[in-house]
Amino acid sequence: MTGFLQKAYFSLIGLFLSLPIIVVAGVSVNEKQDLAFPPKGFSLGWYGEIFANVEWRNALFASITLAALSAAVALLIALPLAWFLWRRHAPWANIFQLLGVAPFTLPPVITALGLLTFWATTGFYGQPATAVISHAIFFVTLPLVTLSLGFSSIDRSLVEAAATMGADDRTIFRTVVLPLILPYLVSGYAFAFVLSLNEYIVAYMTIGFTMETLPIKIFNALRYGYTPTMASVTVLFVAIAATIFGLVARFGDLPKLLGAMSSKD
Amino acid sequence: MRREAPQKLTDYGPLFFPAGMLIVFFVVPFATMIAVSFFRRDPSGFYTPDFVFDNYARFLSLFFGKVLGFSLFLAVTVAICCVVLAVPFTYLLSRAKRRTQVLWLVALLSILSLSEVIIGFAWSTLFSRTAGITNLLVMLGVMDQPVALNPSFGAVLTAMTYQALPYTVLVLYPALVRLDPTLTEAARTLGASPIKSFFTVVVPALRNTIVATLIMVFIFALGSYLLPQILGRPQHWTLSVLITDQAIYQSNMPFAAAMAVFLVLVTLGLVALTVIAGRKGEAA
Repeated sequence: MTGFLQKAYFSLIGLFLSLPIIVVAGVSVNEKQDLAFPPKGFSLGWYGEIFANVEWRNALFASITLAALSAAVALLIALPLAWFLWRRHAPWANIFQLLGVAPFTLPPVITALGLLTFWATTGFYGQPATAVISHAIFFVTLPLVTLSLGFSSIDRSLVEAAATMGADDRTIFRTVVLPLILPYLVSGYAFAFVLSLNEYIVAYMTIGFTMETLPIKIFNALRYGYTPTMASVTVLFVAIAATIFGLVARFGDLPKLLGAMSSKD
Repeated sequence: MRREAPQKLTDYGPLFFPAGMLIVFFVVPFATMIAVSFFRRDPSGFYTPDFVFDNYARFLSLFFGKVLGFSLFLAVTVAICCVVLAVPFTYLLSRAKRRTQVLWLVALLSILSLSEVIIGFAWSTLFSRTAGITNLLVMLGVMDQPVALNPSFGAVLTAMTYQALPYTVLVLYPALVRLDPTLTEAARTLGASPIKSFFTVVVPALRNTIVATLIMVFIFALGSYLLPQILGRPQHWTLSVLITDQAIYQSNMPFAAAMAVFLVLVTLGLVALTVIAGRKGEAA
């Protein structure tokens, strides 16, 4: 009875979550340039269009570059900070942890507007680098949280043993700490990368008029009517996110990263 | 290894870059935004430095009062829908096999990370006349003709619930997965049905978690700015939409900043409530 109810409820939620994606996937394989569901004919042409059309290709390239760079900068901010908080006893430094989590907690329009006023006031508005930094600040929360989790799971006696053997901080970090937190480092990067790829408002407010990322391109295209290319881009993005999180789950401990305490069943 | 207090200046070394970045690119922009909210709008350019309360005064009009009221109402409704759907789901998920859990977590993360633009596009397709869900209903013989279901309040609500549901599950997940299973086992041994033990044991034990989750989802939903634009009519626009509109299309940065500062105050008040709810939860 419980098993049946559980399956029924899971299926219902699953249907709700997958229905839009199913319909969009159906639309993306339409043969002609119209949005029809069930699809009329079958063609993968609209997937080719993402790469063949120079505008879509540029937007895809801009999105991936922005996501890759900003996730890297986010990691550069989060790693030393998380390490310092783990290694040193300095309660006041927790304020930076709080600052790192704040942009992600507030409604995104606030961070976006703050950055827009800042870039406009300092005269850098519209330059691609501003988007990289803006995204890095906006998503620094993700590597910060995964890395804090990673550091807290390190057995301090291992580090102590290395110190007793005469290793200095730098050596300990390279030979003991880094290998242990590597999965958390990678997943922090992955989270920041995927979310940055999909982010709209921060990118729009910082570089929206000089450069188009894919979400901006889709939104701008929505005004002129719908094309199956938008559907194929959507499916592509769902696939990218699922693949990356699937890999994180395959090589890391996803339930633990998301807050489950034990790593055993 | 004990955590030692930093002694030499070089001990602070690792902190320099992160602290610098966060101060320059988060604290300073935030302060700039607050300052700008008191500036005067300059029709020829962006704004001129000043110290006026006009922007806040303008916000206190009937029109913006209505928008704020609608934004809060929409966010509350989304939060309630999400929590009602997510609590039983997350509870079942936290008791499921690890493999099942991982699969669902991957799916939920993938949807959570989807751009609002993409979610908006997907639902507007689903609600459209040509490619929408009503075509399926026609095929099944339930309906005579396909119809368009958006723009409408229902469309906005559905899409926002869709967007916030994975977030809700992931916020609830840690608390539910750590919930002591012996609690429900005890109830079951005493003869309670699974559903009864869920409502009499699990839900009361999680009361504070549920309150905190409601508030967090509320804040999350308050941040939605594209779905009301794509799927709703202008009367369904939220404060976030108006902020963007003022900043980008009306070039009225001071007014946009004033609204944003106001939104921050509302959000911070709610975060404080969450913390208080969490404290009570620990004490209980």
